[in-house]
Amino acid sequence: MAADVLLSVQGLTTVFDVGATPLVAVNDVSFDIRKGETLGLVGESGSGKSVTAYSLLRLVQPPGRVAAGRVLFQGRDLLALSEKAMCGVRGAGIGLVFQEPMAALNPVMRVGRQIGESLVVHGLASTRQARDRAVELLRAVKIVDPEKRVDDYPHQLSGGMRQRVMLAVALACKPPLVIADEPTTALDVTVQAQILDLLREMKRTFDLSLLLITHDLGVIAEVADRVAVMYAGRIVEEGPVRTIFRAPAHPYTQGLLASIPHGRTGERLVAIDGVVPNLAHLPPGCAFAPRCPSRLAECERAVPPDVRIDEDHRARCVLHAAAGAGAGR
Amino acid sequence: MNTPLVEVRGLTKHFTRGGGLFQKGTVVKAVDGVSFSIDEGETFGLVGESGSGKSTTGRCMLRLVEPTAGEVRYAGEDVLAFSSSRMRAARRHMQMIFQDPYSSLNPRMKARDIVDEPLIIHKLGSKQDREARVAELFRLVGLDPAHLDRYPHEFSGGQRQRIGLARALALEPKFIIADEPVSALDVSIQAQVINLLMDLQQRLQLTYLFIAHDLRLVRHICRRVAVMYLGRIVEMGDTEAIFASPAHPYTRALLSAIPVTDPDAPRQRVDLDPDSVSHDAALVEVAPGHLAAVR
Repeated sequence: MAADVLLSVQGLTTVFDVGATPLVAVNDVSFDIRKGETLGLVGESGSGKSVTAYSLLRLVQPPGRVAAGRVLFQGRDLLALSEKAMCGVRGAGIGLVFQEPMAALNPVMRVGRQIGESLVVHGLASTRQARDRAVELLRAVKIVDPEKRVDDYPHQLSGGMRQRVMLAVALACKPPLVIADEPTTALDVTVQAQILDLLREMKRTFDLSLLLITHDLGVIAEVADRVAVMYAGRIVEEGPVRTIFRAPAHPYTQGLLASIPHGRTGERLVAIDGVVPNLAHLPPGCAFAPRCPSRLAECERAVPPDVRIDEDHRARCVLHAAAGAGAGR
Repeated sequence: MNTPLVEVRGLTKHFTRGGGLFQKGTVVKAVDGVSFSIDEGETFGLVGESGSGKSTTGRCMLRLVEPTAGEVRYAGEDVLAFSSSRMRAARRHMQMIFQDPYSSLNPRMKARDIVDEPLIIHKLGSKQDREARVAELFRLVGLDPAHLDRYPHEFSGGQRQRIGLARALALEPKFIIADEPVSALDVSIQAQVINLLMDLQQRLQLTYLFIAHDLRLVRHICRRVAVMYLGRIVEMGDTEAIFASPAHPYTRALLSAIPVTDPDAPRQRVDLDPDSVSHDAALVEVAPGHLAAVR
C-alpha cells in the first residue's frame, strides 16, 4: 500500500441473503483513495455503488452482509474492528453525506445540536464548545446568519441549506475522508452547482479525500480526480477523470458517455440497448455482454479479467486483454 | 407558418396556503399569467426548477387542476369553457404522461388492463377489437405482447414508462403533455425513451408539451422552449437561440449551472442576483421570435 493511500478497498464483496442463492450486490470491488483525492464512483441504479459505501462503513443491515474483502483505512482493516472501535471511525475518521438531507437529519433536533453531536459523542468538545463549533461550521459551509440558523430545525431550511448542514455534520470532527452518496441528486441544478462549488472548496479547506457516489457523469466531470464505473456489482473501469472522458475503454462507459444528451435539436440520442440485468439472473460471463455492441463469443463464457491498460487505467473487458496484462490486484 | 394547435393565454393558478377559521391564508401564485402557443407537430419545452410552476401549468391545461384565470385553446376551442362531459370527450385528444412510472400505474392492474382502461371508458370497440389494439399499442412502444399479463412491478422503470405511454396513446391523441417523463430513469434508459418519443411523434404526427428541468434533454428534443421562474415565463424562443444567447439573468444562471461533461472545459458559473430580476417586467422581443422579461 503506497504511503499516500488513505483508503484501500480490496476484494470487497457484499451479499444479500434472500431466496435460495445469495444476491451479490458488490462483487470483488477494489480501489484506492489517495490523500486529498476525489474518487467518483459512478453507476446506474442497482449497480452497487451505494452498497459499496455502506459496506466499508459497516452499515449494511441484514439480510445484507459483507462476505469478503479488506478495507484498509489509516493502517487498520475496518472489517476486522470491534463495533466500538468502528463507532470511533464513523464521523471522526470518515464523514458521510446522504442524498436526502430531510430524511437523514433529525426533524425534531435543532441543526446546531446535530452538527455538534458527533463532537460530544467522540469526546472532542463539551456541549457549549460544540455549539460554538457548530456556528463556525455553518459559516464554513456558507450559511448566512449562522448564529441564528444554529437554532433552526431542518424544516425551516431550504433543500440546499439542508445539504449544507449535512456537510457541516460530516465535517464536524474534521475526518480525513468524506463519503458523499448522491449529494446533489435531490437538488435543483442551480443549487447543485452551488453545492458542488462548496464541496470543491471544503476539500481544499479541510484537506479532504472524497468518495463521491453519483449516477451523473456531469457531476463526476466537475468534481472528481479519478473515476470508477460500476455495473452489476463490479467495477468495470477505473482511471483518471480525463482518461475516462477522453478515452473510455469499456463499452459500458462508452455507452454511458454517449447517452448523455449533448447534441443539437432533433438529433437522436445514443441509447444503450436492453436493460440493467437483475442481480438474481446475471449472465455467466460479462454482465454487460447482453447489451454490448462489441460482444465476442468468449464474453458470454467467463467474467472478463481486470485488464491494466496503462499505469492508472484498468477495465474489465476482453477487448483489452490482448493489449495489457492482468491488473493483478 | 403552421397554425397553433394549442394556445395558452394569461393562464393563472393561485393556491391559498394556510388559513383557517380565524385566519386568512396567504396566496401562492403558482402560475402567474403564462402565455404560449404550440404549433401542430412541434415539441415545445417548458423548463424551470422545482416550484417554478411548470407542472401546474401542464395540469391546468388538461384541467387536472382548475386554473384561477386564463384561456387554453385546443384547435381553436376554449377548453376551460367546456362542460365536464365535453371535457371528458376532449381528453381523447389531449393526454398526459407522468414523471414517476412507479406511482402513476395502478400496482394491482395487469399491464393489459392499464392500457385497455381508456378504451373501455371511452367505449371504443368490441372486446376482440380492444384486445388486438392493446397488443398493437404494446408493440408500438417497444414492449413484448407476451408480457401483457404481467403487473407493473414486474417491469423495469423504463418499461413502466412505456406502459404509461401506451395507455396515453390508446385513444389516438393529437397532443401529449409529457411531465418530466424520463427524470426518474437511468441515463442509458432515458435515451431509449426519448428516442421512442421522437419516433412516435413522426409516425403519429404528435404535438408535445415537454416539461423538464434537464436543459440538455430539452435542447435535444424541443424546437422552442419557455423558461419559467416563480410562476412566470421569463424567456421564450427557439431553443438554439436561447442556448446561444440567453437574455434573462435567470436563464443565464440556469444554463451556466448545467454540469459540463468535459473535465477540461472552462467553468463560468453565473450566479443569479435576485435583485436583477424585475418581477413585473413584460416579455419583450429581444431578437425575432425570442422574448425575454427584461427591461
